[in-house]
Amino acid sequence: MTKAILSGNEAIARGFLEAGGKVAAAYPGTPSTEVLEVLSQAKGIHAEWSTNEKVALEVAIGGSLSGVRSMACMKHVGVNVAADPLMTVAYTGVNAGLVLMVADDPGMFSSQNEQDTRHYARMAKVPCLEPVDSDEARSYVRAAFELSEAFDTPVILRTTTRISHCKSVVETAEPAAVKDKDLANDVPKYVMLPANAKKRHLVVEERLAKLRDHAETAAFNEIRPGKGDIGFIANGIAYQYVREAFPDAPVLKLGMTYPLPEKKLRAFAASVAKLAVVEELDGFVEEQLKALGLTVHFGKAAFPPCGELTARTIREGVGGTAVVCKLPVGGLIVRPPTFCPGCSHRGLYTIIAKLKLYVSGDIGCYTLGALPPFSSMHTCICMGASISGAHGMSRGLALKGVKQKPVAVIGDSTFLHSGITGLIDMVYNGGDALVVIMNNDTTGMTGGQEHAGTGRSASGAAAPKLDIGKLCQAIGAQRVREIDAYNLKELEQIMKEELAAPGTAVLISNQPCVLRYKVSKKPYHVDTTTCTGCKMCLKSGCIALSFVPGGKKGHVEVDALLCNGCSVCSQLCATKSMINT
Amino acid sequence: MKVFNILIAGVGGQGVLLTSKIIAEAALLQGLDVKQSEVHGMAQRGGSVLSQVRFGDKVFSPIVAEGEADLLIGFEPLETARYLHFLREDGTVIYNTRSIGTIGVSIGKETYPQDIHETIQKNAYAVHPFDATHVAVEVGEKRAVNLVLLGAAIRFLPLDPSVVDNAITNSVPKKLLELNRKAFQAGVGQASIR
Ligand SMILES: Cc1ncc(C[n+]2csc(CCOP(=O)(O)OP(=O)(O)O)c2C)c(N)n1
Repeated sequence: MTKAILSGNEAIARGFLEAGGKVAAAYPGTPSTEVLEVLSQAKGIHAEWSTNEKVALEVAIGGSLSGVRSMACMKHVGVNVAADPLMTVAYTGVNAGLVLMVADDPGMFSSQNEQDTRHYARMAKVPCLEPVDSDEARSYVRAAFELSEAFDTPVILRTTTRISHCKSVVETAEPAAVKDKDLANDVPKYVMLPANAKKRHLVVEERLAKLRDHAETAAFNEIRPGKGDIGFIANGIAYQYVREAFPDAPVLKLGMTYPLPEKKLRAFAASVAKLAVVEELDGFVEEQLKALGLTVHFGKAAFPPCGELTARTIREGVGGTAVVCKLPVGGLIVRPPTFCPGCSHRGLYTIIAKLKLYVSGDIGCYTLGALPPFSSMHTCICMGASISGAHGMSRGLALKGVKQKPVAVIGDSTFLHSGITGLIDMVYNGGDALVVIMNNDTTGMTGGQEHAGTGRSASGAAAPKLDIGKLCQAIGAQRVREIDAYNLKELEQIMKEELAAPGTAVLISNQPCVLRYKVSKKPYHVDTTTCTGCKMCLKSGCIALSFVPGGKKGHVEVDALLCNGCSVCSQLCATKSMINT
Repeated sequence: MKVFNILIAGVGGQGVLLTSKIIAEAALLQGLDVKQSEVHGMAQRGGSVLSQVRFGDKVFSPIVAEGEADLLIGFEPLETARYLHFLREDGTVIYNTRSIGTIGVSIGKETYPQDIHETIQKNAYAVHPFDATHVAVEVGEKRAVNLVLLGAAIRFLPLDPSVVDNAITNSVPKKLLELNRKAFQAGVGQASIR
């Protein structure tokens, strides 16, 4: 046994290996990504970046049926994509243990919504485990596999950003020797025809009743006796905040938030004068307590459902009085995220903004095109929605008699994840939109993971390389062109041509992600004798550039430590004042 | 040992996370309980980045509360100012005086606050500014700002210098170890009271 400081995600990867896990499949998504990143470097297991979350869960289900412990990992919104297999694997049950690791994102550090995965556990009628720190994250993986096999059910292991990304001390254990099972061969159990599924639904309900009984005695749910009027029920990171704010108070720690231990909850409620239920996001536990007829003195009315909780919000929530603390320094300008210097998305948005195009957006680094100076994205819903959305828009506009070709903007990873189905739909159903696939040869936003188009597998080994252009042609798209993301003149000309042509047009713009591939070209500097201070270059929205007032009209300066030498700003300069020789 | 609270603030891409990783690792090597919190993803694309480290006999929350930080290590002046209210009354600030513009500044929509250094002086008890970027460039690697600042912070950390050195060895790639050690050494003693 050795001590290490690990993030929750690293600890989950460690726990997977300790539990004898063999098949791991994931699609990247903050804050879940690092679990598979770590596993991709482990020996003797299969760890893959799947095309999307539905595929990842199905791969893990297949792994379980083959007879080895298997896990799928994703962020909260990934479960929406994987919900179809989830709802029915809940009926079939498992062969070897099956765990679905999901990371929620209260506070939306990197997400488009704040949905609470626990509702999925209830909807699928499967158990949900929630660790409170990295060491529990590690040990809960094995516990989840054991629970999965003991009750023949998939198990959701839910974290939040703070559990996944905070680091704490972990005591590692030796990997368990787990016996693999035979390949599943039980048609009534695994083939969900209505006749079989009807029988399995009964099994699901019986299983849930047994899990409820198990929850009463399982070590996941633990009462810490204490002093004071208020007893706290808490899960996940909220448990740590409660201990921080009220170190001596009685606490019922819920390591299993579905199904809940009714008797234990009743006993705890009866043992304290007032009950506080502290949970981030929805009042999931609170509502169930109320359904049991228990009085919750401090619940969602005291601890808001939006954003993260803190030790302070908990103190204030039960005390009612605001804690006095210093105010932030006022009037500071904000620092939103922005395209990296050298980012291949910059040139495209410079032209899209210039042409004032209407953009149906998607999710990735390129979503930052919605921000100034480009302000060139008009909708962004979920991964893949750009193309199908643009198609619907083009049909609606046509019916209204408006001549306007909407533009869909989508990244390479997102295109393969779920954009391709939209493109099939657009081509098949007579769409009239311009689809720009920003191919930077990686899944950029989540830190640069491989995908089917990069030519490398999760481990970095060579893999068949999908050709996005050929794929689009195979779908039936007639106009497919590849362009250089740094060449502004060509970008503008080709975009104009394609906007003028009727029907579906696909542009694939290519340049590697400078962050992922560590591209660093010679920085530019400004010839201040010729710079007229016209600020045209600033339209490229690059943080390496700044305007220096003074002189006649001022001039622009390039920070050589930041500049990546991509040349986009120099192409905007009318006086050729950007020099890199 | 009472819990010691550190905030490390900067701009995405500056290497904030490595500094906090080394401090957390050092605390572990010293036999303390430690928690570290950071945010990945969106925030790293040139946005504000905040990392938090807490260590002591027993640590519950990984998050430093307002008014609780013993030490704020700022990689950039504006980002330093943004978190000053997290400092204790007698808290210490070490920060890199080299500013990085925001996108709003770059496109000419906003101006970088001219009085940022005065603002920091006014809002904190003990302030130690120096040009860490310059020191890093002198050492030969502009990206080693993180180790320069760690070197400067060392005398304010209740950690044994030898465990910090071990933590550096454990945390940086072998190839870059000498360079990082040099940057660390160049940082030591930089933070003098003005
Ligand atoms: C269903 C779902 N899964 C995962 C994510 C997390 N995520 C956001 S953007 C993105 C992919 C970005 O890659 P790409 O489309 O290649 O664009 P890039 O960031 O490289 O510009 C991912 C995985 C998400 N938001 N939704």
